[in-house]
Amino acid sequence: MTELQEHLFRREAGRMVATLTRIFGVENLALAEDVVQDAFCRALEVWPFRGVPENPSAWLMATAKHRALDLLRRDRRARTFAPEAGRLLETEAAPAVEDLFEPHAIRDDQLRMMFSCCHPGLPEAAQVALMLHILCGFSVDEIAGAFVSTHAAIEKRLTRAKHTLSGSKRLFEIADAADFAARLPAVHRALYLLFNEGYHGASPESAVRVELCREAMRLAALLLEHAPAATPVTHALAALMWLHAARLPARLDAAGRLSVLADQDRARWDPGLIVEGRRLLELSAQGPRLSEYHLEAAIAAAHASAPCVEATDWAQIVSLYDLLMTIRPTPVVALNRAIAVAERDGPDRGLREIEAMADRDRLVAYPFYHAALGELALRGGRGGTAQQHFLAALALARSSMERQFLRQRIAACQGGTPRHART
Amino acid sequence: MSEFVYLYRTTNEASQAAMGSPEQMQKSMQAWMAWMKQLADRGHIKDQGHPLERTGKLITGRKKTVTDGPYAETKDIIGGYTLIEARDLDQAVELSLGCPIFEGGGVVEVRPVRKLDM
Repeated sequence: MTELQEHLFRREAGRMVATLTRIFGVENLALAEDVVQDAFCRALEVWPFRGVPENPSAWLMATAKHRALDLLRRDRRARTFAPEAGRLLETEAAPAVEDLFEPHAIRDDQLRMMFSCCHPGLPEAAQVALMLHILCGFSVDEIAGAFVSTHAAIEKRLTRAKHTLSGSKRLFEIADAADFAARLPAVHRALYLLFNEGYHGASPESAVRVELCREAMRLAALLLEHAPAATPVTHALAALMWLHAARLPARLDAAGRLSVLADQDRARWDPGLIVEGRRLLELSAQGPRLSEYHLEAAIAAAHASAPCVEATDWAQIVSLYDLLMTIRPTPVVALNRAIAVAERDGPDRGLREIEAMADRDRLVAYPFYHAALGELALRGGRGGTAQQHFLAALALARSSMERQFLRQRIAACQGGTPRHART
Repeated sequence: MSEFVYLYRTTNEASQAAMGSPEQMQKSMQAWMAWMKQLADRGHIKDQGHPLERTGKLITGRKKTVTDGPYAETKDIIGGYTLIEARDLDQAVELSLGCPIFEGGGVVEVRPVRKLDM
């Protein structure tokens, strides 16, 4: 009996909704979603008795296709469908209909949907939620869980976003080169936010939402397969995802506790992802534009090259952060730069960099700002001050993992020796 | 060993409500398959049975009136059946307890197959 691939339904939901929306027209998005739900119901009724079909994806798509045809026949007078729908009905028996469901077409449908979700009329958070919902098959509750939000808030965000989407006359046309290039940065940004939410996510149940990272990587891989989207910047974005993802297996230690970069068991970093990340980074080194993604990927590559934290090329990392500050001068980037300076020149120099940050008051609600101050104070031999900072961080921590981590640091302050004494 | 039929019954509303997200549906699917496999591995499945369509016809009375399904007047619809082998009714009931249908508010009806003395 065929085993069901993990998250198969979720993934197929995204593919099917994207394809059916093209066939039905974007104003019939809700109908496409119903048809997909229906296909899953059929599977749920039939597969327990008959076993999983040899090609479950094809089975689901064929089932959705038949249901779509039924609905089109029934509703063709009551609704307005996209021109593809007419073609589907007229050529039902002809090979043309198969073209609509051909792998290439389905891949393009996902791209169309990805670009449609990044509608300029939508705030970034709504774009990301919409992508997760439509293209990744996440439910309202699953998205609310990932973003530490309520069911009601996410539902409202999605309803509004879907309204905007289905109000646009048609799905985004990926064949128009100028439009495509103009929308691509917004797609990059949404995928970056999605990945980051998985990597640094504030979800209370887990500090590492590997699934969000995986989905962001899957969608980035779709972009790379489509020549006009496979720009140097897309390669840089993918490189940063792959190189960070390589460290995911080590972000939790053997006991399931959050482990920071300095403490990670580097033997657990995924060598395959590092090799692929480096390859992507090399491919990104074309053209005149140095994007923030290039710089973040280069920083990640520098970490990946170091056998241990002491052997890291901190001078190179500081200069990469200097460049990143010229492109994206945010307090979080400045904080990370200061931490790199501390590694290069010692904890007191790092603290001075933090004190010199113009907008550091914007970080007061960010637990890792206080944790960084604590870490540097501890390394400077001021255990009492360090403990105050870690306590402030603890009060702001967003997950039990973060709290557990910070309690350990507080214990280290009382013990008087930092866990990683630097020489 | 005796034979029993499991009739799986749900209302449309209950099965709709139990659907949830694709991820939940996949979990539910995996639970069904695991339960069926466990019964089969222990030699309790005589015939895996069939799922039934939710549509059909209802023929009633001397006049043989034919009406369309689904059957609005019945509370729940039989969604499928399985032929089970068990020692006795108690064991057949025991074996049914792991059925994932209960998660979605469904019903398993366990009916002994009457043996005909020929």
